[in-house]
Order: sequence, then C-alpha cells, then structure tokens
Amino acid sequence: MNTKMHVDSYERNWMIFSAVMLVLFAAAVSVAAFGLGIQVPAPEQRVDPKTVATDPNSPWSNPGLREVSPGVYDAYILAHAIPNWEYLPKEITVPVGSKVTFYVTSADVQHGFKIQDTNANFMVLPGQVSKLTITFKEVRTHNFICTEYCGSGHGIMYGAVIVTP
Amino acid sequence: MKQYQLSTGEKKFIGSHLLVAILALAVGSLFGPLQAFEHAGWDFYPYLKPFIKSYYQGLTVHGVLNALVWTTFFIMGFLTFNVIFGLKRPLKNPTLNKVGFWLMVVGVVSAAIPILANEATVLFTFYPPLKANWAFYLGLTLVVVGSWVEGWGLFMTYAAWRKENANERTPFIAFGSLVTALLWQICTLGVAVEILTMLLPWSLGLIEGVDPQLARTYFWFTGHPLVYFWLLPAYISWYAMLPKQAGNGKMFSDTLARLAFWIFLVLSTPLGLHHQYVDPGVSPVWKFIHSMLTFGVFFPSMMTAFTVVASLEHAGRKQGGRGALAWIGKLNWSDPSVAAQLLAGILFFFGGIGGLANASYNVNLVLHNTAFIPGHFHLTVATGVTLSFIGISYWLLPYLTGKKLWKPKWAVAQAWIWFVGMIIFSNSMHVLGLLGAPRRVPLGLAPYVPAEWNSRLFQVGVGGAILFVSGLLYLTVMLMTALNKETVKEEVEVPVAEAMQDPALSPVWLDRWAPWIYGALALVVIVYGPQLFDLIKNMALTSPGFRVW
Repeated sequence: MNTKMHVDSYERNWMIFSAVMLVLFAAAVSVAAFGLGIQVPAPEQRVDPKTVATDPNSPWSNPGLREVSPGVYDAYILAHAIPNWEYLPKEITVPVGSKVTFYVTSADVQHGFKIQDTNANFMVLPGQVSKLTITFKEVRTHNFICTEYCGSGHGIMYGAVIVTP
Repeated sequence: MKQYQLSTGEKKFIGSHLLVAILALAVGSLFGPLQAFEHAGWDFYPYLKPFIKSYYQGLTVHGVLNALVWTTFFIMGFLTFNVIFGLKRPLKNPTLNKVGFWLMVVGVVSAAIPILANEATVLFTFYPPLKANWAFYLGLTLVVVGSWVEGWGLFMTYAAWRKENANERTPFIAFGSLVTALLWQICTLGVAVEILTMLLPWSLGLIEGVDPQLARTYFWFTGHPLVYFWLLPAYISWYAMLPKQAGNGKMFSDTLARLAFWIFLVLSTPLGLHHQYVDPGVSPVWKFIHSMLTFGVFFPSMMTAFTVVASLEHAGRKQGGRGALAWIGKLNWSDPSVAAQLLAGILFFFGGIGGLANASYNVNLVLHNTAFIPGHFHLTVATGVTLSFIGISYWLLPYLTGKKLWKPKWAVAQAWIWFVGMIIFSNSMHVLGLLGAPRRVPLGLAPYVPAEWNSRLFQVGVGGAILFVSGLLYLTVMLMTALNKETVKEEVEVPVAEAMQDPALSPVWLDRWAPWIYGALALVVIVYGPQLFDLIKNMALTSPGFRVW
C-alpha cells in the first residue's frame, strides 16, 4: 500500500510561510538581545530571606541609593508585604543621565518590580537578588509598581524614581 | 448506518464530568465580572463580606474553578467520550476510570473548603511562600492524580483496541484524545513534585521552609503545557467535528493533523521557562533556548489554522458558498454549537498573536505581569477553549440526556454576546497592559492609576457586564435543557467529519507511539535537566510561610 505523506501545495506553501515568519521573529528577538543588549535578569546572588533585612552585613538592612562614581549609582531596594506592602526606600532621587543598577530582594513573599515606561520589569523573590541597570535620560518621575500578587495590599504597593535636572 | 451506541452507564459517567464542570463554571464565572467591575471602580465586595472576604478570595475562586476545575472535568469527560466513540469499544476497565473521577471530585471538595474559608487566598498559581491550608494542596494533588488514573483507563482501552485491530489506523478523535491525556501525564510531573516535595509537607509543618525559585520552576514545568491540555480537546473538535457540523465538510488533512498533535506532545513541555524570563534565579541561556522552542510550538498551531479553515471552506462550498470569503456566510451559523466554536476560533487567532509577543524573550519585558496577560488568556483559555467547550456542550448534553436543546436561538445569542463582551474586555486589558497597568490589582482602587487609564478601565467593567449576561444565558440554557420535557426522537448524531484522504493511506510512523514518547521525554531531560539539576543542587528551603490576606 502506498502510504506516502500527502501534502497539498497550498498547505506546503503555508507551512513554509509559517516557518519563515517564525525564523524572522526569532532573529528579531536575537538581534535585540545580543545586538542591542536588551537582556533579561540573570542569577546574581542568593540571600537568606529571614535575615536579609536585619543582618548588619546585608546591604538591605540599610536600603537606599549609593553613588559608585559620578552619575553611576547602586540602588538597594527591599520589598516587603509585612507590615504594610511597600518598597524601602519608597523614593529615590537621581539627576538626569544617571546610570542606576537596581538590586532588589524580598523579605517575605514574592513581589514584582516594574519601573513604568522603562525596560525594567522583573520578579522579586525571597532568597534571590534581582539586578538590572537602567539609564534615566528624561527629567520626570517614574513610578515603580508591584506586579505580582503579594497579599491584600498588592494594589497599593509602589514607589518612585524621581529624575531631577 | 447506525452510529456506535454508548451504554446508559457510559453516558451517565461522561455526563457527571459535564455536571461538575458546569457547576464549577457557574460559580467561577460569577466572580469574573466582579473582578472586571473592580477595575472600573465598582466595588461590590463590601456587600459579599459575609461569604467572601476580599477581591483576592474572589479572584482565587474565579481562577481555580474556571481555569482548573471547569477545564479538567470537561476535558476528561470529552476525552473519555472520544475514546469510546472513536474506538467503538467500551472502556477496558470502567472501575478504574470511576476511581479516577471520584478522586478528582474529592480533590475539588478538599480544595474548595479552605478557599471558601479564606484559608487559601493564594490565586490559581499558589506561589509560595504564600501559604495555604494543607487541604488546598492535597485537593489539587487529588485532582491531578485522579486525572492520571482516568488517563490510564483510556490507555488500557487503547491497548485492548490495538490488540483487536492490529493494522488499523487509530480513529482521529480517539488519537487526539490519547495524545492529550499523554501530554498531561508528562507535564503534570512538575506540579506533582512541587506539591509533594515542598508545599504539602511544608503546610503540614513537616518542613520549615520552601525555595520559591525552585517552586516556580516546577510550577511552570506544568503551567504552560497545561495550556495545550486545555487547547487540544478544542482542536479535536475544530479538526474533526466542526467541519461536519458547519456544512457536512470533510477534514482537509488527516495526516498533517496527526503530525500537529505529535509536535504538540514533543514540544509543549520543554518551554516553560518562557513564563520565567524575568525570574532572578534562572539562567538567561536556558530562558533563550526555551523562547526558541516556544516559537517552535507555534508551528503546529499554524498548521491547525490552515487545516481547520480549509475544512470549513470545504463545508461552506458544499453548501453553495462562492468567492474568496463569501463561503463563510454559508456555514451553519444558526447551529449554536457551530456559532460558538467559529467565534471562539476567531478570537483565539488574536490570542495566538498576543501569545507570540509574550513568548518573545525581551519583548516580554514590556508585558510581563501586566494586564496584557489576563487580556491574552481570556482570548485563549476563556474564549478559544471555553467558548468551544460551551459549543460542544450544545450537542453533547442533548446527546447524553436525550433532551432537546432548550431554545437554540438563545444559545446562538449567548455565543455572540460572549464574543462581543470579550472583545471589549480583552481589548481594553491589552491596551492597559501596554500602558503599564499591572495584573491582579483591583485597579479602580489603586493609588498610582493615571487619568489616561480611566476610559479603558471603564470598558473592562462594561465587557465584564456583557460577559456576565452571556454566562447567565449559558447556564439557563443548560439547566432548562436538562429539565426539558421535550426529548429528541432519535439519538443525537455525533458530528464526526471524514478525512478527504483515507487515513489508512497515512504513513505508519504517524501511528507509532514509542518514538514520539521517547522523543518528548528526551527533549524534556535535555532542555529542563541542567537548569533543574542546578536549582535542586542549590536548593535552599529558607522561606517560611506567610498568610498576608
């Protein structure tokens, strides 16, 4: 019995079109990732969520902005649901043109961290440190908001990056 | 020729699946509009305080009942029907299938009690260290194990059929159903390991803490193929039933339909990391590889789009349709089962396009956990899948009960109202997501909402209200059909479309199971193994539980 695979010519063309389209999409994503450097978070550091906010050797026991060199900052931010769903610090202020590397972790449950109108958008997990660098090129305020359910106060959890002239 | 007859007991068994599924949808859908109303700033939750304490408890009910219970029960019932009817033979061991079903029912009850007591307000993703009552995790485990047992019953039935019919091609509806059940067995290993090694002992106080990053990785091992577990039964209907219903059409390509199902089996599990692109503890190399495989699994969906549309076109032309698109009007739109599934397919197409954006590695940075995501999956699971299942139930319930469908015109209206409501709801959710609105927030009450979101938030509420009307209409039609005194004269004809080319002529390798199963498992090991090994080796059970709702 002849059991050759029968493929209609329209269908073959459609499959070729689909494959080419998907390869183009994959290429676009790859160029953006490796050519333009639009990258996703990578493993940075692990911490103990029980002591990360209190251990004096932990940068998140004193969260906030540290100037590394002129115009270059590290921002240590602690997310917590207990007691009142907030980021510490709630606000950071940097001059326009600053390059800020965020180090964010959680003292309790999972949170999110999305700086509006930027590419910064990542999960914040207890026990892990999320790191991402952003250059602020515009004088304006960017809210950063929690994007993962973290209990009844999830919807009020936010802070802001104030970019000054 | 008379169609194959199911026994009354078999019909009852499949009908019990449908009953639990529709009850779950009834309660779960009640809360859907309440979530949408919160976005518009219409806060009804204070009035529900005696029963439901918060938006998030309502959202948990909505997600668990609609996404997990309605789907799983409907699917297991539909797959069981397809295997019996497709293979034209009774279940090999009906008791085993019954045990599976009752395990699932006990599981639902066990999970429902803590949810209703506000002791499991952890949403349907239940990310630790949010800590629910142990009965919630136990209930989910029983639902999964019950569905495994039902799956084993189907595999045994297939094995018996194969012995009796050594040289036959597996009939398509049975074939697709068996692949779906098999995919489910492989992919649920992730969530089974998550619950049994971490969440259940932790909620029982046997271990102190959990590793949230590892738990997420286990969860998404199951979480994305879950989507295909929902989708493939709808595809079975679109491929092999809808063309017949829409105008006596034939299935355009049986061979490629089978190939598409095998590709789904192989590719749908090893790509779960595309839900974790922005997780801190997962390597970007593996994230990237999973993103490429995600593009790969889009391919069989494109094949499906072609074959389904071509089969429908065959139906339309058979009914005298002409022109490039005018044949669409000749399809049997007055049949509610057809209207519901065609409309489901149209919106699913747009859901698929949005899904490509989510899958695109760094493009996801703009969308991750925004309102775009629920906007997306209300086109896919809540329309492509759910509205198709609704359409299937419009012939399946009369078939199982012998009762006439109550007011078919109302049922047609139900499908259109769903379609319109979902366009309004989902479009505004997509736009809100692109503007930066987060998901899982009652946005009407959030302090950071800019004025430019307001008109869209209002539309979310309007869409929810329209969907509520459609949901009520569906439940009314189902209830009145079950109570209908008018019975059908002859048994309802099961719509099964013939293939244009005799399936016996399709290649034998499309009916061999072992190579595909080994291939699927091997790919899972290659693509998940190193990352999972690394996370397990460095496992830190340091997160104690929190009850912050």
